[in-house]
Amino acid sequence: MSEILSPSRRGFMIGVAGAGMTITFFTACATNEETPEVNAWVQIGRDDTVTIRIARSEMGQGTLTGLAQLVAEELECDWERVVTEFATPGRNLARNKVWRDFSTTGSRGIRNSHDYMREGGAAARMMLVSAAAARWKVPAEECAARASVVTHAPTGRTLRYGQIAAEAAALTPPTEVALKPASEWTIAGQPKRRLDTADKLTGKHLYGADLRLPGMLNASIRQAPKRGAVLKSFDASAVASMPGVRKVVPVGDAAVAVIADTWWRAKSALDALPVEWTPGEGSDFSSAAFEAVLDEGLTAHQAFVGNSAGDARGAIRRAARVVTATYSVPHQAHAPMEPMNATARWTAERCDVWAPTQDAEHALEVAAEAAGLPVEKCEVYPLICGGGFGRRGFADFVEFAVAIAREMPGVHVKALWTREECMQHDFYHPTTKARMTGGLDAQGRLTGLHIRISGQSISAGVAPERLVNGGDPGVFQGLMPPEAPRQDHVLKYSFPNLLIDHAMRNPQVRPGYWRGVNSNQNAIYLECFMDELAHAAGRDPLEFRLAHLGASPKAAAVLRAVAERGDWGKADGKFRGLSSFHTYGGYVAACAEVTVDEHGVLKINRIVAATDPGHVVNPQQVEAQVEGSFVYGLSAMLYGEITVENGEVQQRNFDTYESLRIAEMPKVETIVMPSGGFWGGVGEPTITVAAPAVLNAVFAATGKRVRNLPIKDQNLRTA
Amino acid sequence: MARLKVNGRVRDVEVSGDTPLLWALREQLELTGAKYGCGIAACGACTVHVDGEAIRSCVLPVSSLTEANEITTIEGLSRSGDHPVQQAWAELDVPQCGYCQPGMIMAVAALLKSTPNATDADIDSSITNICRCGTFARVRKGVHLAKTKS
Ligand code: FES
Ligand code: FES
Repeated sequence: MSEILSPSRRGFMIGVAGAGMTITFFTACATNEETPEVNAWVQIGRDDTVTIRIARSEMGQGTLTGLAQLVAEELECDWERVVTEFATPGRNLARNKVWRDFSTTGSRGIRNSHDYMREGGAAARMMLVSAAAARWKVPAEECAARASVVTHAPTGRTLRYGQIAAEAAALTPPTEVALKPASEWTIAGQPKRRLDTADKLTGKHLYGADLRLPGMLNASIRQAPKRGAVLKSFDASAVASMPGVRKVVPVGDAAVAVIADTWWRAKSALDALPVEWTPGEGSDFSSAAFEAVLDEGLTAHQAFVGNSAGDARGAIRRAARVVTATYSVPHQAHAPMEPMNATARWTAERCDVWAPTQDAEHALEVAAEAAGLPVEKCEVYPLICGGGFGRRGFADFVEFAVAIAREMPGVHVKALWTREECMQHDFYHPTTKARMTGGLDAQGRLTGLHIRISGQSISAGVAPERLVNGGDPGVFQGLMPPEAPRQDHVLKYSFPNLLIDHAMRNPQVRPGYWRGVNSNQNAIYLECFMDELAHAAGRDPLEFRLAHLGASPKAAAVLRAVAERGDWGKADGKFRGLSSFHTYGGYVAACAEVTVDEHGVLKINRIVAATDPGHVVNPQQVEAQVEGSFVYGLSAMLYGEITVENGEVQQRNFDTYESLRIAEMPKVETIVMPSGGFWGGVGEPTITVAAPAVLNAVFAATGKRVRNLPIKDQNLRTA
Repeated sequence: MARLKVNGRVRDVEVSGDTPLLWALREQLELTGAKYGCGIAACGACTVHVDGEAIRSCVLPVSSLTEANEITTIEGLSRSGDHPVQQAWAELDVPQCGYCQPGMIMAVAALLKSTPNATDADIDSSITNICRCGTFARVRKGVHLAKTKS
């Protein structure tokens, strides 16, 4: 084991030659004299530096800072002296899962760990206070902590945390801790600046793609371009003499990699490498042909029921007026800015991996499997991710890196994908269509609603254990019934007669969790159709929605908030659209304002967005998430489409998979309105209301309904 | 072999002439501030300055440069990370994941150098970097804030 990898030493720094930078990779281990570990979450140096351990990933969403705020709040430490470090999954196993869950998907980074992390902070504070009290030989009740100082009130004596941390660390942790109510927060709930910004502004921050380790080699990888194809042969001799090339290796049965001294040389050699592939199942798959399969599912007899109330079909049969519409959403790629990568070093005894991952625990399992070693002999050092959006919850890039490193025992090998590989070998946002049918009575009231979803199940593709009797409950995110086990995805509208069902139709394109997941299309389907129904009924879309939100004051409140701030109903010649949704436990709404010129060119001028996630840990970071959600969601609405032809993904890079640019960015006004009492998600909910609000505004401007996404080159005047 | 002048220092790099500047910077000179995002000049993550102009270094072969060309990377933009754009970025907490930001900052710095009073329209036409996290609202604010600091 090289010294650099040693997980038994804390705070090792690796000097980066020439540039004079240093980076701390991890520590998260035992206590030591200089910086005693008060408990698993908190380590305090003699100089009062407080190190807070973070197990959830940081990929831009600000969770690292938010979690640190929550711990610091209960710890009563000096926020200016707080630093963070990532816990590692190997140490977590060795320490009986003291850091719990590493997975950072589903907008749960904060909402699923705030309690035990705050308790960790509070327990550490109590131990520090006890240690001070013991030194003074006074009752702990007479002492209080504030900004990393314990004060004995009767005598005014003080001790800094750094002076008593070692003694505190030796105490037995309290069994009962009380947490502060949010109303007493002074660090949490505040718009603190992020802890990870400084080095991101100077180029100093090292992402996985930038990593340099001693003796490191670089690998470039190519996977079978066609779905289901496998590697037949490659001619390594054709590139063996190219500069820097060390080895050409098969990776699993469907990929090949070149290992070279630099990545550019590895990639150049890979480009020149003759490779043959054997087609397999799915190698003739085409998205265009799959349309017919999706269409068939729209009316198929059999479907898995996700939500039903009353008798929707009967109500629709008896309706004075029936409205129908069919919507569709295509596959999407995640396309985080940092391409997939991981760095590994393998020997017969040990495997270490450095990876930007959204789930270090899963990455560790995959690494151990690929290494052919027990997990105890492996470790994953999580790195800050250059974006994730769900892509980095998978660990295929870790598996490949380890497989490649096994070919070079004892050598660090970084396996960095090209953008083309990332685009063509993603776990794509699933494709679905929906047939919407609504019945209105003579007074324009919605009497029955049937949503038939046809299409891909993510669980069927990547997590079959989540299927229930062959159906995928996850398909109904945001549309679930009140009694659903997933309360964070309950539909907040009340409809007298409702049927939502899913005809599963799975294409040979592997699906994945993509920021917002199934709530994206569900919100588009429901919220665009609610607009259609309101117009058909001759009613105001705001009033029409509110009529079904009587049982959910929180959902009604965010909708009213955007309508009011967004000048809904104002006769000023502007075109507006509304949408609202409840998903990942958060309540969100948006009011979009657009213009469409005579050539059909869309300009999204302004969006007012409201979010109620219950508790807000950092309002300025919530705003950043809301703003960013519009970029991600509207990029998909405007441009995002992955298509497969003859088994091969047609989009290869950002020239064919476009992303919103600053010129297209609407002015976003964010209303953060935490109502307290619950913990909802932030990173994903808002993305779900982005597209429907804009599409409804497009209708207001043009009288045209865009029902097939993306908008791309559809002319909004003539479509 | 190529001879490049990077951040004020002349450096020899052992690469073939068709190697993009980006990879010479990242792999030979250990200047990894400029990022690889697309490799086809579509995203701007690799933006550096060549003679004061914002250039996408992923498609610029080192053979097209000589030591007469002044190359500036994010590492050389300011002595201690206090270029007006960096100051504004810190104040507004612009970065999310941050991966696009060195390129974004270099593009903005070049814009403000040529157009110190850049308007929203100037921003729209010259800042075309991709940011998948969606920091554009703060980028725009940051440009205007940076103007007040120079
Ligand atoms: S990496 Fe150069 S423009 Fe994208
Ligand atoms: S901050 Fe993440 S891509 Fe721009």
